[in-house]
Amino acid sequence: MLLYVVRRLLYAVPIALGVTLVVFSLVHIAPGDPISALLPNEATEEMLQQARKEFGLDRPLPVQYAIWLGHAAVGNLGVSIGSGRPVADEVAAAVVNTVILAVSAGLLSCLLGFVLGMVAGLRRDGLIDHLVNLFTISGVSLPHYWLAILLVIVFSVNLSWLPPLGVGPDTSDGWRPDWAHLRHLILPTLATAAIPMAVIARTMRAGVVDVLDQDFIGTLRAKGLPPRRILWHVVRNALPTTLAVMGLQLGNMLGGSVLVETVFAWPGTGFLLASAIFQRDLPLLQGTMLVLAMFFVFLNLIVDLVQSATDPRIRRS
Amino acid sequence: MHGTLGGPATIDAAVAPAVRHNRYATVVLLRFLRQPVPMTAAVILLVVMLAAIFAGFIAPADPFQTRVARRLAEIGTPGRWLGGDELGRDVLSRLIYGGRISLAMAILPVAVGLFVGGFLGVLAGYAGGRTNMAIMRAMDVFYAFPSILLAVAIAGALGPGLVNAILALSLVFIPPIARMAESVTTQVRSYEYVIAARLTGASTLRILREHVLSNVAGPILVFASSQVSVSIIAASGLSFLGLGVSPPNSDWGLMLSALRQSIYINPWVAALPGAMIFLCSVCFNLVSDGVRQAMEVRR
Repeated sequence: MLLYVVRRLLYAVPIALGVTLVVFSLVHIAPGDPISALLPNEATEEMLQQARKEFGLDRPLPVQYAIWLGHAAVGNLGVSIGSGRPVADEVAAAVVNTVILAVSAGLLSCLLGFVLGMVAGLRRDGLIDHLVNLFTISGVSLPHYWLAILLVIVFSVNLSWLPPLGVGPDTSDGWRPDWAHLRHLILPTLATAAIPMAVIARTMRAGVVDVLDQDFIGTLRAKGLPPRRILWHVVRNALPTTLAVMGLQLGNMLGGSVLVETVFAWPGTGFLLASAIFQRDLPLLQGTMLVLAMFFVFLNLIVDLVQSATDPRIRRS
Repeated sequence: MHGTLGGPATIDAAVAPAVRHNRYATVVLLRFLRQPVPMTAAVILLVVMLAAIFAGFIAPADPFQTRVARRLAEIGTPGRWLGGDELGRDVLSRLIYGGRISLAMAILPVAVGLFVGGFLGVLAGYAGGRTNMAIMRAMDVFYAFPSILLAVAIAGALGPGLVNAILALSLVFIPPIARMAESVTTQVRSYEYVIAARLTGASTLRILREHVLSNVAGPILVFASSQVSVSIIAASGLSFLGLGVSPPNSDWGLMLSALRQSIYINPWVAALPGAMIFLCSVCFNLVSDGVRQAMEVRR
């Protein structure tokens, strides 16, 4: 086990470095001079040169990359062009909101997806299985931003039950788990959870069906094990794959919520990324991407380790 | 098996693969036609595609013609059967025309991903060793980003526009298809008849063409087709954010984003473009599922 952990940790290092390289390149594939966004249009060539020097943009790219990486490693992600504040502070504030949304959507999708998938798998080809199948096929094909709009139409426009925008009341000064804030969380949670729930349910169902087909389940039945104990064996064997998928989906929720956050004006990382793009705030774009991608790499690492802890076959291969 | 045994066997070998191939394709097609749900989905997609291609003949109105009196017209208004948008343009006609860009934006990136990713994957799988390491580790790096996030960031950095959006999406679909291609190719490479072909001195190109490609093409194609349902959601999402097609041209994503401003006046018209994205995504999913099942060898 220890050997596996060490090997997996070592493997994450080059991936993480590759990720930083991709994020660094983002600014350099951008058309135009990254510096031009900083200065007024009437800036002279001299001023441009000066600014380039100040930001180190006159150095060769590998040197720029090394300097940027060095700064990022100690938490210095540069300064946002739009707000003038450190990128790290902006991202940290947004991460809190995104984590709140991801945790609530993650809990909902994992619980529901797990239960639906298990029930469908145990009742294979029954009515429930067909219903769940219909539900999950729709789920994986659902444009989540459209679902978000539908939810707003039904629950905010028609029924006026829940607020369509924001994290809390206008007077809010920070998130608290009270009703005023929680009611803002309901619609974004539903919109974010839909696709992951469907994916998890499908994985779990496939896993359960697969295990039920195996010979050892027949042996367990033949030796008279009560159904509840057999169920435990089924879950135990279907779980590793489902856990891995859950982890990846959680990562997607943390990173891929750009669209849902835009619809609900939820001030998380996705919202931050979108505003960075439209203000051509390249340091903010770069910083947000770096944090999100690093988080995703880390999460993948955790998923692999958890998976290997629950499934000894992986460690041996 | 190719021309190595001499005599009648050679004739057999020369004829058999071609015949078997045709028959296999026919069997798959027949099996597909017998599945009611995927067939229905295929017909729906065909109708939507034909409508998009022949939009000029089918659309009841000019999709760019604004009409102040018909602004935010309700569903069922004569001349604006599916309502009017914020400038009084016909939503039905705009949906029909919008399909052109939405479908192109969904299919093109997967096609690029299929060629580039398929090539890289087969190369990595067949070459093995260091080549495999280099290609697959590079793919792993792109895997380390949530896919929609990567598309948004690249499209955002490149700047809004249709070409940039398609480029960004293509980059997103290369790694998963390469991974899939690599794993099936690695498997096929170790089959005994491929090893036998190599031992009898068949050239690499010939082995690739006759033994590897014919075996891996099916699974790779099916996997790529399943990605179209993801692609249409991501592509329309980019347009929804304002990173795809630019006005006055429009696709379903941009329409959804524009009509969203009027959900308090005309909520159900606003939901229509999203319904088209959903419908196409479900149908692509069902068709790809159907093809996969038709290709499965019965146990």
